[in-house]
Amino acid sequence: MPETTYVKAVNAAMAKAMREDERVFVLGEDVAEGGPYTTTAGLAEEFGVERVINTPISESAIAGVAVGAAQSGMRPLLEIMFIDFITLALDQVVNQAAKAHFMSGGQLSVPMVLRTQGGAGTRGGAQHSQSLEAWLTHIPGLKIVMPSTAADAGGLLASAIEDPNPVVFIENKTLYFRREQVEDEIEPVPLGRARVAREGGDVTIVALSRLVGDALSAAERLAAEGVGAEVIDPRTLVPLDLETIVGSVEKTNRLVIAHEAVEHGGFGAEILAEVQAVAFDHLDAPIERVGAPFAPIPLSPPLEDDYIPNADDVYSAVRSVLR
Amino acid sequence: MWRIRHFEEQVGVLKRADQVHGLIHLSVGQEGVSASVCTQLRDDDPVYSGHRAHGHCIAKGAPLERILAELMGRDGGLCRGLGGSMHLVDVEHGFMGATGVVGGNIPMALGSALAGRLRGGDQVAVVFFGDGAVQAGHFNESINLATLWGLPLILVCENNGFAEFTPRSAHTNVERVSDVVAPYEVERETVDGNDVLAVWEAFGRFLAEARKGSGPFLLECLTHRLRGHYEGDPGKYREAIAKADWQEKDPILRLQRHGVSEGWFSEDDVAAVERESLAEIEKAEQFARESPFPDQRLIAELVYA
Repeated sequence: MPETTYVKAVNAAMAKAMREDERVFVLGEDVAEGGPYTTTAGLAEEFGVERVINTPISESAIAGVAVGAAQSGMRPLLEIMFIDFITLALDQVVNQAAKAHFMSGGQLSVPMVLRTQGGAGTRGGAQHSQSLEAWLTHIPGLKIVMPSTAADAGGLLASAIEDPNPVVFIENKTLYFRREQVEDEIEPVPLGRARVAREGGDVTIVALSRLVGDALSAAERLAAEGVGAEVIDPRTLVPLDLETIVGSVEKTNRLVIAHEAVEHGGFGAEILAEVQAVAFDHLDAPIERVGAPFAPIPLSPPLEDDYIPNADDVYSAVRSVLR
Repeated sequence: MWRIRHFEEQVGVLKRADQVHGLIHLSVGQEGVSASVCTQLRDDDPVYSGHRAHGHCIAKGAPLERILAELMGRDGGLCRGLGGSMHLVDVEHGFMGATGVVGGNIPMALGSALAGRLRGGDQVAVVFFGDGAVQAGHFNESINLATLWGLPLILVCENNGFAEFTPRSAHTNVERVSDVVAPYEVERETVDGNDVLAVWEAFGRFLAEARKGSGPFLLECLTHRLRGHYEGDPGKYREAIAKADWQEKDPILRLQRHGVSEGWFSEDDVAAVERESLAEIEKAEQFARESPFPDQRLIAELVYA
């Protein structure tokens, strides 16, 4: 099996879509230069700067351009370089893209993908490291994707590009360069279907993005102690594959939800509420959440390392629900 | 223009009777701009508008009865009653959408212009906005992008001197919108927006150039709205225009006087147009009243495409 990385899988999915569909084009800051993480490297060389469009630092306008182009029949792939900057594009994402189909009585659709990346761990400080996905999951009309592996990044991006709705595709910068074995051809992964990353019968861990790796590490440690942890990666937050999560909880009777975002108001709260509403009788312990503290992300390396939720935190949460 | 005037006057009546819903922003007094611009466009030329959109939507060709049904929240409305006055859309006639967020339509119009260019068509995108939108960040970002990319886009500013309740002078030191874009060397013109022929001529000139792929262009139309910012606003922020002055300025009456004196049409022709328009509004209202409210299930059906 060939080896690839998350960033290469994202890049390859975009290139494949651009080869197959002339309506697909890329726009964003520095995209023709490959961007800070090389996600768009080589695209301008292959497809020209007419289809790989460098933009000024104007997040509001370029998001609007993507919406207008999408509802005029194109398939824009908009890159917002850091999710922290999506604040500047939110009018277009929330008020325009998400609602155009609905408000027009179904006349318009906005088949655009807004690719961005979040996550701490690179000493980026509080404005280049956030995990802001929960805000976006609150907006009807948007689909929200957060892949944790290279295969899923490539496969989900292919599906996101095909989707007739606005999709926010949230990558994680610390996952970009991890090596991973993949199939010869990365197949599209449907939106709205969770992946069971590890099977187990004693506790369910639902983990998002970077925390999937941490959950798997915790599961290894738990296995050595005789505890079978099932790790589920929802992969898309909207639509959410509640069925797979609930099915697992009905088997294990215990649930831990782990994400890098601030725990307070994080998407874990939504998963928790939805699970307890339908599976309360199956739960043998209160659901535990793992997330970052209610504070901006610090720069100082030891403080940042301590701030980010990790495998130890997941392990402790599992131990707590097993008590 | 009479169709727009009569339509909006009736909407005002219906608003007071609580038959049309939501915030209603009328463009009474500004019809000359809508008519002069939209009637020169093709169905496949995308047009974007803001919160004061009825005139643009009518002039672009949307059926009156479906606009009125939309304002009344009926299933027969353009958007099946889900959008309302500030969110009118009629894709069939290239009316790509009104928006309730001031200036939010401007980058979207750029996107439509870019789409046209990427597909290799000769469509021209047009976006209407008021002078209030010019102080918003996305206007300035968009002007920069439009000029950088040379998009076939015509920006039509209806400068009625008021941003919501506040005169332009209280929001900016730059009196003319055309001066705001001067550093970008946008081809631009400021015209009397109540002079239908002046707007027609200036827009037509820009349109011919844009059709060949060049742009952007900015047409600033100095105009006046007779109504408040929205129907029922407190309205104490400006002096009412004297009736005699308005007779002089009214874009419809001006064109009529001119047309009759030039022998383009007669007083009788004008009266016939008015009668036809009133009859059309009456029929539109009947259609809208008979149209049912949408089914509750429509909400869940239309969240995603």
